[in-house]
Amino acid sequence: MAKTLYDKLWDSHVVRQEEDGTCLLYIDRHLMHEVTSPQAFEGLRLAGRKAWRNTSIVAVPDHNTPTNHWDRDIEDPISKTQVDTLDANIKEFGSLIYFPFKHKNQGIIHVIAPENGATLPGMTVVCGDSHTATHGAFGALAHGIGTSEVEHVLATQTLVQKKSKSMLVKVEGALGAGVTAKDIALAIIGKIGTAGGTGYCIEFAGSAIRGLSMEGRMTVCNLAIEAGARAGIIGVDDTTINYLEGREHAPKGEQWNKAVEVWKTLHTEDGAKFDAVVEMNAADIEPQVTWGTSPEQVLAVGGNVPNPANEADPVKRAGIERALQYMGLQADMPITDIQIDKVFIGSCTNSRIEDMRAAAAVAKGKKVAGNVKLALVVPGSGIVKRQAEAEGLDKIFIEAGFEWREPGCSMCLAMNADRLSPGERCASTSNRNFEGRQGPGGRTHLVSPAMAAAAAIAGHFVDIRDSRN
Amino acid sequence: MKAFTRLNGLVCPIDRANVDTDAIIPKQFLKSIKRSGFGPYLFDEWRYADFGEPGMDCTNRPKRPEFALNQARYQGAQVLLARDNFGCGSSREHAPWAIEDYGFRVMIAPSFADIFFSNSYKNAILPIVASAEIVDRLFKECEATEGYKLDVDLESQTVTTPGGFSFKFEITEHRKHCLLNGLDDIGLTLQHAGEIKAFEEKHKAAQPWLFGA
Repeated sequence: MAKTLYDKLWDSHVVRQEEDGTCLLYIDRHLMHEVTSPQAFEGLRLAGRKAWRNTSIVAVPDHNTPTNHWDRDIEDPISKTQVDTLDANIKEFGSLIYFPFKHKNQGIIHVIAPENGATLPGMTVVCGDSHTATHGAFGALAHGIGTSEVEHVLATQTLVQKKSKSMLVKVEGALGAGVTAKDIALAIIGKIGTAGGTGYCIEFAGSAIRGLSMEGRMTVCNLAIEAGARAGIIGVDDTTINYLEGREHAPKGEQWNKAVEVWKTLHTEDGAKFDAVVEMNAADIEPQVTWGTSPEQVLAVGGNVPNPANEADPVKRAGIERALQYMGLQADMPITDIQIDKVFIGSCTNSRIEDMRAAAAVAKGKKVAGNVKLALVVPGSGIVKRQAEAEGLDKIFIEAGFEWREPGCSMCLAMNADRLSPGERCASTSNRNFEGRQGPGGRTHLVSPAMAAAAAIAGHFVDIRDSRN
Repeated sequence: MKAFTRLNGLVCPIDRANVDTDAIIPKQFLKSIKRSGFGPYLFDEWRYADFGEPGMDCTNRPKRPEFALNQARYQGAQVLLARDNFGCGSSREHAPWAIEDYGFRVMIAPSFADIFFSNSYKNAILPIVASAEIVDRLFKECEATEGYKLDVDLESQTVTTPGGFSFKFEITEHRKHCLLNGLDDIGLTLQHAGEIKAFEEKHKAAQPWLFGA
């Protein structure tokens, strides 16, 4: 029977299967950060266990680390304890890669693993972080896991899993100018809902997906979890292979040739069956802006905020009413009338070099609007930061009135000092617009990097396609 | 892990769809390096009128009286009744830690987010998926009846209401076995260490670059 990419990745990692379908799945790569790992290491220590294979571990502190004043170290003592705990745990248990705070290559775990060639096609990848789905862009099966599972993987190199159902999301055709991978992903979430992918592994395919760079593909897979899917995957092609060649932890020489041979088989075979299929036309996708407190509450930038009176389902209607109240928006108002207070360009969704370039292209020669109190640009890693600086992007941002910061998760989830104050409204390139996500009472609108930069310049949302004309 | 067999527990309703783990336990509490002590901060932003910080004594914090957890009739609840897609968002296990630490042992909803769902089992919490109609009925009965309790029996996979209405729920044999016996996965998995080793060697021979430095 013809196999999907998910079938191939799954089948090649099953160590054993129980009668009820529960499997032990072998894990090739274990990514870690400071927030979801301390209790797992503590569990190992209490049980007197070692890490099964510490060379599977790639770790970095990213959630708590400050993005400015690195000379002052980490000022929040509780954050500092958590980062110090990761340092100590990696020292005790070992790892393949560890970039401590202030290391030149430190950054967001989902940015540093791919850029160092530590995410490879055909791998199973886990991390105590839901955005692990990012790594599926490489034809790898990447799951976010909880801390008990982190401990389980540390101790056994396996995960107890049942196979998910499979969903194909096919986006065909050419994207319009100014429409990005972020807009594709938000449009998919808008169509299938935040629970639409629950219980599924989503494979993204079609000419619009194949036309994306690896960075764009990572953005799409990153947001699979916001559609409810624990994993999102994309088949391997030349774009994947070209991205990996020469990266530090990618295979070299004869090993590289053998690996490429295997990787070229990592795609869905013709005639393979999916449990669900969603088709979209790329030409129909417009720049997206979320208006509510769930990523599925999203509209094209030319749209108007919904009116709860038009919603028949009572639970959904209450959800819209609550979201409008929290977000401080009026029903039916145009998205482009929404004024913003802050801008955040960064996060594991959109902090790679192409994101920096897209935002800088909009900001170049312009000024951040007077009503925007803070416009932050936070590169995803030291490598991204240095590359951007080599291209002069930092100067473009600074001259336009943006702040150019050190790498980290930053205001995506506001575990460090970067956060919204109650009632503040932010155009953000991150992944979650939940209540309080960017700070208690903060109001988040998710957009692409170019749309965030354009909103910073205008002081309100604008259609990036207009500002380019 | 604690075992779970049977419970006759007071129900507390959280009547919202898409409740995310940021709402269940806000990010500032994730800075803890412990597994315990999250219960007082469960639903912190919905429960209290001030800004919660880790380590805060919650007894005298201003509460939001309209929130279910603050209402007298729901004190001591062990069954959390929820709507679609409960536990969506972040993979933080601090969410089930907070739910368990507060005292909940069972959650009933039409659907749960995947990662949260599996995290719950690891913490001796039983998440039960019931149809939207049944969940609706439970919300209505709970609203109408003070002291509304549900009887949850894992062995027979049955939930029974005070009025005698009952429904069955699904659970995999593996998870049921672990919950009934209070077993955690690591010890069970390590019984197969030899198989894991054998798989690992074969896997490494076929794709050595996955093990490279």
